[in-house]
Amino acid sequence: MSVVAQSDPLHFALIGTPNSGKTALFNALTGSRQKVANYPGVTVERKSGMLHTPGGRSVNLIDLPGTYSLRARSPDEEVTRDFVLGRFKAEAAPDLLLCVADSTNLRLALRLVLELKRVGRPLLLVLNMIDIARRRGIDIDLDRLSAELGVPAITAAAVRRGGTDDLMRRLDELAATSETSSTPAQWQAPAAAELRAAQREADRIIAAAVKTPASPDTLTSRLDAVLLHPVAGLVILLAILFVMFQAVFTWAKPLMDLITAGFDALGAFSHTMLPDGLLQSFVENGVISGVGSVIVFLPQILILFLFILLLEDLGYMARAAFLMDRIMGGAGLHGRAFIPLLSSFACAIPGIMATRVIDNPRDRLTTILVAPLMTWSVRIPVYTLIISAFIPDRTIWGFASLQGVVMFGLYAAGIVSALGVSALAKFMFWRESPTPPFMLELPDYKLPRPRSVLMGVYTRARMFLHRAGTTIFSMMVLIWFLASFPRPPAGATGPAIDYSLAALIGHAMEPITSAIGFNWQINVALIPGMAAREVAVAALGTVYAIEGGKENAAQIGQALAQHWSLATALAVLAWYIFAPQCASTLAVIRRETGSWKWMAVTFGYMLALAYAAAFVTYHTAALLGG
Amino acid sequence: MALGLAHRGFRGHITGIAVGGDTSDLPAGELERRLLELGFTEGAEVEILHEGLFGRDPIAVRVNDATVAIRRREAMAILVS
Repeated sequence: MSVVAQSDPLHFALIGTPNSGKTALFNALTGSRQKVANYPGVTVERKSGMLHTPGGRSVNLIDLPGTYSLRARSPDEEVTRDFVLGRFKAEAAPDLLLCVADSTNLRLALRLVLELKRVGRPLLLVLNMIDIARRRGIDIDLDRLSAELGVPAITAAAVRRGGTDDLMRRLDELAATSETSSTPAQWQAPAAAELRAAQREADRIIAAAVKTPASPDTLTSRLDAVLLHPVAGLVILLAILFVMFQAVFTWAKPLMDLITAGFDALGAFSHTMLPDGLLQSFVENGVISGVGSVIVFLPQILILFLFILLLEDLGYMARAAFLMDRIMGGAGLHGRAFIPLLSSFACAIPGIMATRVIDNPRDRLTTILVAPLMTWSVRIPVYTLIISAFIPDRTIWGFASLQGVVMFGLYAAGIVSALGVSALAKFMFWRESPTPPFMLELPDYKLPRPRSVLMGVYTRARMFLHRAGTTIFSMMVLIWFLASFPRPPAGATGPAIDYSLAALIGHAMEPITSAIGFNWQINVALIPGMAAREVAVAALGTVYAIEGGKENAAQIGQALAQHWSLATALAVLAWYIFAPQCASTLAVIRRETGSWKWMAVTFGYMLALAYAAAFVTYHTAALLGG
Repeated sequence: MALGLAHRGFRGHITGIAVGGDTSDLPAGELERRLLELGFTEGAEVEILHEGLFGRDPIAVRVNDATVAIRRREAMAILVS
């Protein structure tokens, strides 16, 4: 409309109830032009992206956390409220609110629309998933709906090609007028009577404008008859988790072998290209083997996230929470904690951040405390290495790999201890405090869209590599430094590392760690392993590579099998079930809980558990003749 | 009667929301508003579709066209007939 509007991007915001397909719509509108950051002052994820309308306007689109009401009950919902009301100082108030609704389930969304009208911002109702609604025979009179609500409405099918064309054209028209049509905000947190009145009004509008066939979605009810069955449902959930673990262990193998071979070749190449000496050792043993031993786990992490995102898009995650609620509840956890905890499998950081879906602060804190115990991907390096060195590669029961079963057992131990710790935390810290409610909408099942799943996997892979590229790399350089300096004196006979700082620290710790069967090489790896668990393997590699020469570097596993007893190996596995998580996880815990105390509690209890578990394991195994 | 006492397969409609003293650990007004926001309003049709394994808890309730999971404890506040 004006010259200013042409050059300055407009700010539009997507708002909607959970499961409205809001994120799918966001992906469809912005494609890969997305940016994920944090809102100023809080740690809620801020997803924004640029979109270009057919008329050539640039719009900055923001995907707000899903909510049923502006009456915020969690940090996520507070962000939505403050953003919509323009209360963020650093953020411009949105020029247009796009309220996204699932066309097959309008009831709660229309009540939200009625509430949003009071905000006084230009508003557009987007009836998403219209394709599914039409297929089910749901007939929506768009003009009537729009007239009754007093809000313009448009249909969209975010996951279909061309499904957002009408919406794009409409955005063009609205962009021209949005600057002028704001009215003063009159929003106040609605009382129960207002909620009732608004829902009655929404129901009246639905009765007038929407014709629904008598039978609801039969596919979802047929699937739920099995998947939510009290017994069969739990069995299937366990089976899904078991397949996930097996897949991560076996499918990733060929790719991992390829990556290992690639980095070995690179290391050998650098060895021949560089003159003997410090630089050669730094590049080969510090940089290449360090980065390589982390990147090699990318395939497993990709497969893990593929599973998690597929289950989420399928609509199964909410069912898993339903099935697990009572079991988690027994341990003092909320059914909703299942989703953050499952995300913690890959990395505790997204998991801890995902605890924001839990609106009760104490439940959230408990979940945060135990989330690091669930962490899976960062332990894969350590577990894989030790398992493949000490556990025979055999098939048992005719179909399962023994190594996979051991892996499953280790994670089962992690999960069981997470439940135990949370029950204990509940008992110790807030025995008297109330149990919050579990209320969760179960969305209809939907076929996941490959594009949106792949985009999610890509984002996570980038996050992992970013960490591998920065934190882990700098740790590796530090380890290499500790292992290489000071240089051995002239005429020294032993391996160079015996004279280094690392050996000094490792030996100093030996009195404490010999009780759990750890030798000084393990101690050297433990130090960086506390900063970031996945570094420990690389550190072991560095320690043994430098000690034993290049021949051993290629086969850390073989080196371990020679140097460690089985009891020691098992003790290390036990240690890593509990060992304190990486420094960035601790930083996130501090940020999310807003206190150093909870960070220290997490670190302390994990360290204590790790030592105790390793102690018991080592002595049991030694007694049994390991 | 309270929805929290009903068995799987129960069909009826909501006659009122009445948060008793022991229903939930949430303040009474807060629980009422949360239930309303999830669509548990007077007149809505409900059906209990599924129950959990332990103590037949939680329950999955069809509320008009949506399905909501809720614990029996909170469902005690939903009066149905």
